[in-house]
Amino acid sequence: MFDTLRIVFRKEVLDNFRDRRTLLSALLLGPLFGPVVFAFAINLSLKQSLSDASEALDLPVLGTEHAPNLIGYLRSHNINVTEAPASFDAARNAVETGLHDVVVVIPEAFGTDLAEGLPATVAIITDQANRQADRESRRALQAFSAYNQEIAAMRLSARGISPMVVRPLNIDVIDVSTPSGRSAMLLGMLSYFFIFALLTGGMNLAIDATAGERERGSLEPLLSLPVTRDHLIFGKIAAACLFMAVSLAISLVSFYVTLKFVPLEKLGMTPNFGPAVVGTAFLLLLPFTLLGASLMTLVASFTKSYKEAQTWVSVVLIAPTLPILIVSLLMVRPSLGLMLIPSLSQHLLLVGLIRNEPLDPEHVLVSVAGTLLAGAALAWVSARLYRREGLLG
Amino acid sequence: MIRVDKLGKSFGDVKAVRDVSFAAPDGRITGLLGPNGAGKSTTLRILYTVLQPDEGNAHIDGVDVVRDSLEARRRIGTLPHGSGLYPHLTARENIAYYGRLYGITADKLEESVDRVVRDLGITEFADRRTKGFSQGQRTKVALARALVHEPQNVILDEPSNGLDVMATRSLRELVRQLKAAGKCVLFSSHVMQEVAALCDEIVIIAAGKVALHDSPDGIRNSTGCDDLEDAFVKAIRRAER
Repeated sequence: MFDTLRIVFRKEVLDNFRDRRTLLSALLLGPLFGPVVFAFAINLSLKQSLSDASEALDLPVLGTEHAPNLIGYLRSHNINVTEAPASFDAARNAVETGLHDVVVVIPEAFGTDLAEGLPATVAIITDQANRQADRESRRALQAFSAYNQEIAAMRLSARGISPMVVRPLNIDVIDVSTPSGRSAMLLGMLSYFFIFALLTGGMNLAIDATAGERERGSLEPLLSLPVTRDHLIFGKIAAACLFMAVSLAISLVSFYVTLKFVPLEKLGMTPNFGPAVVGTAFLLLLPFTLLGASLMTLVASFTKSYKEAQTWVSVVLIAPTLPILIVSLLMVRPSLGLMLIPSLSQHLLLVGLIRNEPLDPEHVLVSVAGTLLAGAALAWVSARLYRREGLLG
Repeated sequence: MIRVDKLGKSFGDVKAVRDVSFAAPDGRITGLLGPNGAGKSTTLRILYTVLQPDEGNAHIDGVDVVRDSLEARRRIGTLPHGSGLYPHLTARENIAYYGRLYGITADKLEESVDRVVRDLGITEFADRRTKGFSQGQRTKVALARALVHEPQNVILDEPSNGLDVMATRSLRELVRQLKAAGKCVLFSSHVMQEVAALCDEIVIIAAGKVALHDSPDGIRNSTGCDDLEDAFVKAIRRAER
């Protein structure tokens, strides 16, 4: 039996390593797609939120001459006061058309109102539907509030009253999320990217076992050879597993590399994704290859042609997201029962790993055994289906 | 030696093969002749065991194709209809893959592959990947693949389909060589001239039944037609009535 298995396995590996289509999707597109998209998306969102306090804000102000002290205050708080449109209407128009995100208008009466102790008006013109503008206007608002409090405190002190009188509350927000915990939220999406890469790796091989061989006309001569169909299909599934494992490894390593270029630590996140984690993640996901290869082979065996098989097998690519999605929405903690569900168990273990939590050996055991068992069952079913006469089409 | 007894096979409501019995002896070329859909391919598929009969039985060198299908398969070389190759493997690799699966040991494999490559005259393109091969080249490689384990029985399903004159000629030559080597050759065709030119025995199948089984001369005599084609048409009309 092992002779046949080995012969089929070797042939499938050689055959597919020479197939540019398989190589491209298995070893390049599948594994790199996830990490690259991920790194790109994270980088983009980081750039937006990092622009906060660290960078100077360019703020066009109309009527600077009416409030020299206020302008001085703004300048000392990392805000560059720049040239603004010449009138209130022009400023409004400039924000509406997107020329400026935020324009501050200081009316002529500002100085006299302030001197007389009347509330002096400052207008911040902004488009709050625009996220970038919203962030800039919030910074301007914060600066004005701080200035407001400073003047108020001075006025109270001048009248012999402690400024504390108008601060009955002192509000502190204490964020207890750990840096690794915060990155786990982002990196939790990753487990799916890895499973996706893994599945893409073996997709063409799984289709080839039935629909591909049939379309090429090589199935019938193959089945007339003096070997059992079980051995043929198991050899093919084994070859698909190898491609899936290679694809997974490339995906993990390429993610490890891309992560070096993502400034997650600027958000206070330290992703726990070193070489040891890469290795452990590989081993945790490895049992999923048998399940994926068998499931895809099974699905493809029902189809009439290569094209049709591709369509249905693509559905299999999406299937593992379902348990992950449901559990992420419900915010479930890992439990022994959940470890029985393939793809979900790998996801939960991976998230724990990235959070730098110790792996529960019991969970690992149940995940590995459960996934392997499900894979073996599906391989058995595909072998049963491979014995059908209808297989010839 | 191939022996078929009262074979029957249905697909759903369609009775593809009703009652087919014949014997194809060693050292002779037996042609299975019949119109499209007569049940030729189904009969051959049962012989090389990818289908199982509903009724009757078949033996290859005395081995039952249902009860001991692996042993039966070992004794035949098959060229199914529209045989496909692996396009990313060379002709030699395609042949060697089958050789291994036929159980040829590693030390004898190269020798066996070399032999069929020589016998079929494919040395010239043996080390090229089969992608882009002509139909003639493909058929030759598929045939080499089927003969790599030196089977006693050779089953060919419409082997000359899609071949040009030269390729058809060399195929005929090869079939005659197999006969000379004492092999049992069974092939199907719907082309009269081919069968007439090659066969020692003709089995005419129509509507899933054997309409006639005789030598080409015997068929001419029994139908009273000098022309084999007329004889063929007459035999089929009689069977379908």
